[in-house]
Amino acid sequence: MKHIRLTRYRKWRNVFHQSWMMIALLAMLFIPLVLVAGLIMKSMLLLENHPLFELLFSSDWSPLSSRFGFLPFIVSSLWITILSLLISAPVCLLTAIHLTQYAKRWVLRIMHPVIDILAGIPSVIFGVWGILVIVPFISHQLGPLFGKSVSGYSILAGAFVLSIMIIPFMLNMLIDIIKAVPNELQEASLSLGASKWQTIKFVVVRKALPGIVSSFGLGMSRAFGETIAVLMVVGNVTRIPTGVFQPGYPLPALIANNYGEMLSIPLYDSALMLAALILFLVVLMFNVFSRFLILKAETH
Amino acid sequence: MNTKTEEKFFRVLMFLSTIFIVGVLLLIVVSVLYKGLPSLSFTMLTTIPKGGFYFGEEGGILNAIIGSIYLSLGATFLAFIIGWPIALYMNVYLVKHHTLVNAIRFVFDVLWGVPSIVYGAFGFILMVFLGVRASLLAGIITVSLFIVPIMVRAIDESLKSVPRGLLESALSLGSTRSEISYRIFSREAFQGIITAILLSFGRAIGDAASVLFTTGYTDRIPTSLMEPSATLPLSIFFQLSSPIEAVQDRAYASATVLISMVLIISLLSRFIGNRRN
Repeated sequence: MKHIRLTRYRKWRNVFHQSWMMIALLAMLFIPLVLVAGLIMKSMLLLENHPLFELLFSSDWSPLSSRFGFLPFIVSSLWITILSLLISAPVCLLTAIHLTQYAKRWVLRIMHPVIDILAGIPSVIFGVWGILVIVPFISHQLGPLFGKSVSGYSILAGAFVLSIMIIPFMLNMLIDIIKAVPNELQEASLSLGASKWQTIKFVVVRKALPGIVSSFGLGMSRAFGETIAVLMVVGNVTRIPTGVFQPGYPLPALIANNYGEMLSIPLYDSALMLAALILFLVVLMFNVFSRFLILKAETH
Repeated sequence: MNTKTEEKFFRVLMFLSTIFIVGVLLLIVVSVLYKGLPSLSFTMLTTIPKGGFYFGEEGGILNAIIGSIYLSLGATFLAFIIGWPIALYMNVYLVKHHTLVNAIRFVFDVLWGVPSIVYGAFGFILMVFLGVRASLLAGIITVSLFIVPIMVRAIDESLKSVPRGLLESALSLGSTRSEISYRIFSREAFQGIITAILLSFGRAIGDAASVLFTTGYTDRIPTSLMEPSATLPLSIFFQLSSPIEAVQDRAYASATVLISMVLIISLLSRFIGNRRN
């Protein structure tokens, strides 16, 4: 029998490609570690002088006199994130059920590109749109409706713009998750005499619940880290907001707005890096938790 | 409320929320174009900012357009030569190690979710550490860091659908795994790879938070990798923060340029993706 032998060249080429692939993979897996290490190292400067508890729960933010209370930013971020989820979650869930259970094929054919295009629109465009449409709407229509005269640059504007931004992201996941519910389950339910709506409510949604929750979690983490669009419409006032019509100042906006002057004030850069670290850890937690939930749901 | 009316009620709601999503997309595109198109002019696309540009005088945004294209091309290229081999490695070399591959997918999925401002801050730390100034190169590296996960997962998804039998028969015929990767798997998943590149490019050109720290801003067109560069999203952002109306109008015009670029990329990848079926 004649052996087909690898020429030395082909063998070498395989080794070369394999090494490059491995190096690339290891490097990319290494990056998050370097990222965390870098952020921790930078924020240590601040943490050495200020206890973490004080930083997180003080609302006194005056970098010039070296007081860094992150509470206004954390509270703003929470307000905006939760509010945006409250707006977008029902819309996404309803649309996902509509598209997977009721919609005709031509509707799907329109909706797929719509979702894709919406997902591809850059965040700065959402910001521009927010300034053009949402801010005037809040200031001229919604504010007076509640008897308030407001500028429109507010938590509500940020939340609204964000909710639109995370819709395509969550909707795509929800469609996949609901589609993954086995048909047999639905058929069994229908054959027992349940109506289509009862089947959706008690079988499809029930079965897809872990996936639905985790897609909301991922949407929330996306909202939490979104920067430019929110920054443009939220007003950026350092104060703990007490209502949705008030301006806020979320964490990502804090980082983005002050990058210019951060090197001229001592500890300022360290504080901003701590903000980035907080952002990273929160998003990481949400992501790991949600993805884990999806994985568990898939294997069961 | 009985089930019938409940279903009717929710069907109306579902229909409305679907309409809402389409309506919002139309509203975004139309309102930006409506505001931007009237101020868009040929000179804006072909000149760089002149002396009083930021006070509403002559000039254009060519610096930002070219800068954004340089940046996105560079970052996409870098992400591609890192991400493509990684995806191949996962699907050709590690094909037996299911748990490991799933763990890697998990990591990239999580990395995909990290906000770009965090990458921006990290890029800034790296720059300070290495003693480099804000430059096109720093921007390219930072942006590529955050589009690699997108690239890997998108290519990975299309490689996943290549039949396993192809790998086995090629191996049995004596092909090396690198030949299988680049000659067979990449060819099979060609359209998926192109779509992944376009997706990453779209992400790169639209992101502002990561380049804010790392790429800087300048009125000139960069001539080397070590020079700072303007980018379209930042140019929109800066012009819109101006109190002068003429400058704001130009921000809307710049937004029109950016949205058109992104729409073209979207349509292109849709067109390529559809040819598969």
